[in-house]
Amino acid sequence: MNRSPGQLIFILLPPLALLLLTVVAWQLAVTLLEIKPYLLPSPVDVVEAAIEHRGTLFSAIWMTGRAAVLGLLISILLGTTTALLFSQSRIVRRSFYPYAIALQTVPIVAIAPLIVTWFGEGFQSVVLVTVIISLFPVITNVTTGLTSIDEGLHDLFQLNQASRWQRLVKLRIPSAIPSLVTGARTAAGLAVVGAIVGEFFAGSSVQDRGLGYFVLFTVPNLQTDLLFGCVIAATLLGVAMFVAVSLAGRHLLGRWTAEMETH
Amino acid sequence: MTDLARTSAKGTASSPAVGMISARQIGISFSPDQPAVLEGLDLDVRQGEFVAVLGSSGCGKSTLLKLIAGLLDPTQGELEVVGQDDGRRAEIGFVFQDPTLLPWRNVIDNIRLPLELRGFPVASQLEAAGQILEMVGLQPEDGVKYPRMLSGGMRMRVSLARALVTKPDILLLDEPFAALDDMLRQQLNEDLLAIWEEHSQTIVFVTHNVSEAVFLSQQVFLMQSTPGRLVDQVQVPFPFPRQAALRGDAEFARLVEDVSRRLRETVA
Repeated sequence: MNRSPGQLIFILLPPLALLLLTVVAWQLAVTLLEIKPYLLPSPVDVVEAAIEHRGTLFSAIWMTGRAAVLGLLISILLGTTTALLFSQSRIVRRSFYPYAIALQTVPIVAIAPLIVTWFGEGFQSVVLVTVIISLFPVITNVTTGLTSIDEGLHDLFQLNQASRWQRLVKLRIPSAIPSLVTGARTAAGLAVVGAIVGEFFAGSSVQDRGLGYFVLFTVPNLQTDLLFGCVIAATLLGVAMFVAVSLAGRHLLGRWTAEMETH
Repeated sequence: MTDLARTSAKGTASSPAVGMISARQIGISFSPDQPAVLEGLDLDVRQGEFVAVLGSSGCGKSTLLKLIAGLLDPTQGELEVVGQDDGRRAEIGFVFQDPTLLPWRNVIDNIRLPLELRGFPVASQLEAAGQILEMVGLQPEDGVKYPRMLSGGMRMRVSLARALVTKPDILLLDEPFAALDDMLRQQLNEDLLAIWEEHSQTIVFVTHNVSEAVFLSQQVFLMQSTPGRLVDQVQVPFPFPRQAALRGDAEFARLVEDVSRRLRETVA
């Protein structure tokens, strides 16, 4: 996609202007209405707190980011493998798929303590929670991609006596790549949520302290300004992962671009 | 292989009637509680004959082609498609209603797919695909383009090339040009005829366009629906090679009118 600088400004200007307006309004409201900083810190307070605790904040971003990225990679690998199994056996798919969908509705916050009971405090439990939260969009999207193939293409492969393996490698898998990218993008956002939820329960030991821990830790200490810093950092982390997966996906989908641009 | 060798291989070494199609009272229904899609259908196509099957949408024309191709099995009756003497099935090329190209493959890689699936060496796949490219009126530089970069007419040409790349004994076409504008459809009809005049495959061409059926074929079968069966047939006497000018001929117009009238009676 080649946009001229003029077009880029045209696209970026309105949201940036809105952001600036919001920050200014926020600062004015806090100052004029004399809101207590532990209830709502001003943007200047938040920036000051972030700079003051920058060491802690950066190491927290690093911890959470590591868990989220590792969890996402495991989800993509595990989800794709599961979807491949589903695509190869109707009986396996019929048996397991309803549960794969139903499991998405299990409130992970409710079972995270159980995971800590089983696997202990620490990084491994944080990653596990991340995987559980981000796995299902990969499974469902890739399974759909692998199984909903145009009937004409199926006929074409059957007419040419394609083997099961040829059908998988030359038809199903390439057809499913756009769905894999869609699933991975959804999973990227969820992975950050998963890592933070995981850290609520399993990330309190000194070497594991990520954004999730500091979100919890700042509340009783009335460090609302630092809490805001953590939330903004977590948001940026999620956006960065989403953008990274989208760019990787666009690269992978170079040949599909006609279809992808409509997504 | 030289042309001479190919001719003798087709003429003597293999069964003389490879590509002959004979259907006796065939029928198919997809579920017991629904009316049969086809019932009591008879069809005879000689080796190297170009026939058109004409009928309204939904009368089972596509199903008939899928039966001939072996993609479906008839639930009643006998269907014979004569293959090679050594027991090999007749080679069948199928052109679908949509181009059904793989979007992640360029034109050449789409065309050579049938050979690739059969395990031919890559070099011979590429050579065959390159030859077919020109036969269907595409330029060598089109080979590296991707389907999304092509017009509808060019996609259909690629689809036709893919069906021809295995040098089929039988070519089945399922309303292949229905989505194209009239000019393009006529051009592709002429190109298809030229290919058949040179290679004399057995061709079954399904369409709902009367003038197209008459222009292309030696024999037009009229199909009724629910259940689908062939109820009438019309010989098309015009000699080959046929030129575009045939469409302006008074005899041609009369025959198109006659077939249209019979088709209306079939539907009524």
